[in-house]
Amino acid sequence: MLEVQNLSMRFGGLLAVDQVSVDVREHEIVSIIGPNGAGKTTVFNCISGFYKPTGGKILFQGQEIQGKPDYKISRLGMVRTFQHVRLFSKMTVVENLLVAQHRHLNTNLLAGLLKTPDYREREKKSLERARYWLDRVGLLEMANWEAGNLAYGQQRRLEIARCMVTEPQLLMLDEPAAGLNPAETKELDQLIVSLKEDYNVSVLLIEHDMSLVMGISDRINVINQGRPLASGTPEEIRQNDDVIKAYLGEA
Amino acid sequence: MAAHNLKHALFCAIITIIIAYPILGLNLVAQGTSVALEGATTATVINVFLAAVAVFLFQLFRDSIMGVFGKVPNLNPMAKRGPISQERRLLMERVFFVAIILLALVWPFIVSRGAVDLATLVLIYIMLALGLNVVVGLAGLLDLGYVAFYAVGAYTFALLSQYFGISFWLALPIGALLAALFGFVLGFPVLRLRGDYLAIVTLGFGEIIRILLNNWTTLTGGPNGIGGIPDPTLFGMEFGRRVKEEGNVSFHETFGIAYSGEHKVIFLYLIALVLAVFTLLVIRRFMRMPVGRAWEALREDEIAARSLGMSRTAVKLSAFTIGAFFAGFAGTVFASKQGFISPESFVFLESAIILAIVVLGGMGSQVGVILAAIAVTILPELAREFSEYRMLIFGAAMVLMMVWRPQGLLPMRRIQIELKEQG
Repeated sequence: MLEVQNLSMRFGGLLAVDQVSVDVREHEIVSIIGPNGAGKTTVFNCISGFYKPTGGKILFQGQEIQGKPDYKISRLGMVRTFQHVRLFSKMTVVENLLVAQHRHLNTNLLAGLLKTPDYREREKKSLERARYWLDRVGLLEMANWEAGNLAYGQQRRLEIARCMVTEPQLLMLDEPAAGLNPAETKELDQLIVSLKEDYNVSVLLIEHDMSLVMGISDRINVINQGRPLASGTPEEIRQNDDVIKAYLGEA
Repeated sequence: MAAHNLKHALFCAIITIIIAYPILGLNLVAQGTSVALEGATTATVINVFLAAVAVFLFQLFRDSIMGVFGKVPNLNPMAKRGPISQERRLLMERVFFVAIILLALVWPFIVSRGAVDLATLVLIYIMLALGLNVVVGLAGLLDLGYVAFYAVGAYTFALLSQYFGISFWLALPIGALLAALFGFVLGFPVLRLRGDYLAIVTLGFGEIIRILLNNWTTLTGGPNGIGGIPDPTLFGMEFGRRVKEEGNVSFHETFGIAYSGEHKVIFLYLIALVLAVFTLLVIRRFMRMPVGRAWEALREDEIAARSLGMSRTAVKLSAFTIGAFFAGFAGTVFASKQGFISPESFVFLESAIILAIVVLGGMGSQVGVILAAIAVTILPELAREFSEYRMLIFGAAMVLMMVWRPQGLLPMRRIQIELKEQG
């Protein structure tokens, strides 16, 4: 469903990403790994439209999306999280999920002002969807807390729930396990797999935590210094000499 | 520590002299046809010197003086109370609104005509401030040219009535919609800017509109303004002594009461009151709607909001347009109240005052903004006795306010949507 072909991104004299190709098929978890500064997040930013790639093609469901504005790409059904959690911290947990559903809610202003039955119905539905996902990620009890008061691991899960209420086809997670303890990582591991199994969402993952990546990925792409190094199943990557030299060996 | 204080105190004292001496001491005096500069009198020199000494002493012992202030027990009885629950707060806000609206309804019948006139002005400022509150307080866009939309509303009514004889009631929605359209069109190119840049560009827009009104003499009459703007009518009843337009009847004759100039003033006041309440309720509703959440989300974290499919331009534009709409409302009422408008009424100072109201009241807080609008409009009137120093007092009050309560009179507390237990 997502095909990235020979993506390049140049910042002035620095070629941050050079000819990287990634593809994600339906019902698949694909990881991008690589040492710090390898250009993984830059690839993410290009795919999600925060950067305009300087070369290459990005196809989503067969449609070229490179250079499109970020919000349009998100509306196509690929939503991302961030390396550093980005919640609306002054809003409550449930409001964070309501904001994410603004597209399903944003009828004309008049309907909202007059509280038409249709508007009420939509609002009720979005609250129900929010409740469902809060329950799903185990945050129902904190629904009315300010999001900024949640523990770090909870914030991570809320960010994923916030993506899921938009009903995406592809979920892009940027280092979701960063800053989590082993128990929380394990929970996250199960959550990601269940998103794929139960909701038929494909996942594109950037991660440092090797056990997480090796455990859940269907395929892995390795990037080093902006260039593709290897790609294949976790087994193949584990045995690839280049990868071991560049990345696993050092770690 | 002491040495540092001494140096700082000396510096402050010298600055005081440098600023105060030319302003207070030097006078321009006309001598025949030429102008001569006259030096300071002895009394002024002594006063400036005393002021410098006072500044010097205050800065020298600043720490201990402020320390004494700190020891004064907290005068605010509310300070030690914990936060109140949302339901209680909403109830209190509702009681406040009802009380102030009731008071506003009785007001014109118990006070003088001048006070009613002033109250109308207060209501106009409340409308303006509530509108700007959407742009600055909720959406977080610093708009320094808000007065432009106020001017659009006022001039729309003035021009329509002058050229087409359109009445207040028809001009009211037209003025507001045209102001909103201006907000939309002007907002489109500038809203990709942020922070300081946006502030400067909006400042420019405000000035462009004013200068345009000033120079397009054939249409707007330029600096001479437009006069003879009609008063609003009540179902075709006019409030003048004699009926101006054919087919209308006059208010006092219909009801068989003696003519009084006060009727018109009170009627206009009541219109302003209805519109201000309308503004309040509509914006309050917006705050709880998806569009209100989108404003706040974009203000809190633009990148996250965009990643969730929110169009930055559309969301900001909606705030800008809605803010402009209510400024247009206020402008139409203002034109009708004054009966005469000129570009003089729409200078940058107006934008600054409206912004000051929003900031003083507490950005995003409706109760705070209403209180601040009342205070900022009435205080200069009360301070009239101090004549030329009243703006100085006004300025000092603002500085002190920002030092002691930078978050505003009543800082914004969000109205949160709660997920109820499933029943």
